[in-house]
Amino acid sequence: MNSPNSIIHVRDLRKVYKTGKVSVEALRGVNLEVPAGEFLSIVGPSGSGKSTLFHIVGGLTPATSGEVVVGGCDVSKAGDDGRTQLRRTQVSFVFQKFNLLPNLTARDNIRTALHIAGRSSKGFETDLHDILELLGIAGRLDHKPSELSGGEQQRVAIARALATRPAILLADEPTGNLDTANSLAVLELLRDLNSRLGQTILMITHNTEAAEYGHRVVHMRDGEIVETRSTRG
Amino acid sequence: MTFKLVWENVRHKPLRTLLSVLLIAGPVTLILTLVGISHGFVEDSKRRSAGVGADVLFKAPGSSLMQFSAATLPDKLVGALAAEPHVVQATGTVVAPIGGFDSMIGIEPTEFNKMSGGFVFVDGHPLDGPDDILVDTWYAAQRKLKIGGKFTALGRDWKVAGIVQPGKLAHVFARMSVLQDLLGNLGHVSQIFIKLDDPAKAPEVVAAFKVKYDGYPAWPMADLQSLLSVDNVPLLKTFIDVIVGIGVFFGFTVVSLSMYMAVLQRTREIGILKSMGATKGFVMGLILAEAFFLGLGGTALGIGLSYVTKSVMMAVAPASLPQAIVYGWWPIAGAVAMGAAVLGAVYPGMLAVRQDPIEALAYE
Repeated sequence: MNSPNSIIHVRDLRKVYKTGKVSVEALRGVNLEVPAGEFLSIVGPSGSGKSTLFHIVGGLTPATSGEVVVGGCDVSKAGDDGRTQLRRTQVSFVFQKFNLLPNLTARDNIRTALHIAGRSSKGFETDLHDILELLGIAGRLDHKPSELSGGEQQRVAIARALATRPAILLADEPTGNLDTANSLAVLELLRDLNSRLGQTILMITHNTEAAEYGHRVVHMRDGEIVETRSTRG
Repeated sequence: MTFKLVWENVRHKPLRTLLSVLLIAGPVTLILTLVGISHGFVEDSKRRSAGVGADVLFKAPGSSLMQFSAATLPDKLVGALAAEPHVVQATGTVVAPIGGFDSMIGIEPTEFNKMSGGFVFVDGHPLDGPDDILVDTWYAAQRKLKIGGKFTALGRDWKVAGIVQPGKLAHVFARMSVLQDLLGNLGHVSQIFIKLDDPAKAPEVVAAFKVKYDGYPAWPMADLQSLLSVDNVPLLKTFIDVIVGIGVFFGFTVVSLSMYMAVLQRTREIGILKSMGATKGFVMGLILAEAFFLGLGGTALGIGLSYVTKSVMMAVAPASLPQAIVYGWWPIAGAVAMGAAVLGAVYPGMLAVRQDPIEALAYE
């Protein structure tokens, strides 16, 4: 059953990729409950299925079978349009490669996200003042991604992701392209955002140290969750 | 924000944008230039036929108003027509095509001058010797002719006796008797121009001619003026339609190719937009808006370039290919360019819409 305070509910989730006549089972019956306001880390080696789980929860790809409810939206029953709606209203992504629109300034990247979400971008800097200050990019909004450092780009990507006030922030190896100092800064930011704003965060990472920033760490292997443990009280 | 995205996209790849706009401008310029030449040619013909000063045109049996015919009339008809009621003057002319769109007109100088009010000489003198020709300033400029200079046509050398202002029936004139002799058609003319005591009586006179001279077509000159349009010149409308078709094909192909490249180049960006929740309509809208933008730029540049081709035409062939600027065709050429551009973007747009966001995000 779906726990009443779960913002993410996954039950017996399976995903099979078919390449020609070959079928690869990426997820083999995953069960997961994520309460609102939790910072959850998912770790595992390549091929463990963590990215597939991330993509299904984020509505980027459909499940083969099982039940996935994200922010009240039954993703497993949603079609392409339903998953688009989920991405527009419930979840936001932060990627390893930042994935900012290269032709636009940081400000316009954020405004684009607001525009797609159907929100007004007028005065967004006032609305997002706390986040922009926390991220330390208020003075860098007129710069294009090519004019920003990796750390700054990732902070703009986080600001863009949070601008639409998503129920869940999905971070895919957010420190994978950053040096140690910037990695720590981004992880601290995510923890701050979680504790100050109550932002639910689901982060996948290879880095076990980074994973410790979450409340819980879920270990995946061969398409299954093999261990779940808490990191702090 | 959509405009900003489109604008930044076209700005980000200036060379691709410039090439696309240039290639879309090509068919726009082509359409406007050829339509301009067609209209310019017809307008010039109107102006020149009005410059004769006649009220009725009389031609040989089987001739049509809008087509040149080699059929001739016995020149004794000139005298007979001159004696008809309300006719003040009749004069025959001989038409001899001299290549391309050009003709040399044989005239009886005294009669032609009387009807048309005479040539306005810029240089030289009236027709005198058998080799003399008059050319108008446009033809002189086109063929770089000077007074006393040699001009070869119809298998013989002519001498430029005078250069006159344009607007009198043709661009090149010779003595009618010389042309009749040269064409082996002594005693015959190609057409007869008739001046009446009252131009308003032209329909009545034409009706009387049709009864008396059965089989000989005649038209009030006013009808010729109103009938002289691109739509009434055989093959000209078809020619324009073909050119428009080429324009559509060209614009469609160019934009399709350009947008296909753009979609490929922006695979990752499309993936980013989709990850943010961009709908199919939003992604398709961006691609179509960019194509529309390129079409608009191509149209504006094409219109600008049609002024350049006009300048070139007026410098190179003002007599044979006078080009008009036909404002009425701007929206048509624009619609062709933008329609083709948007159509050409539909397939690349569908590719973008169908892109799997995960694969698109992984695209390097």
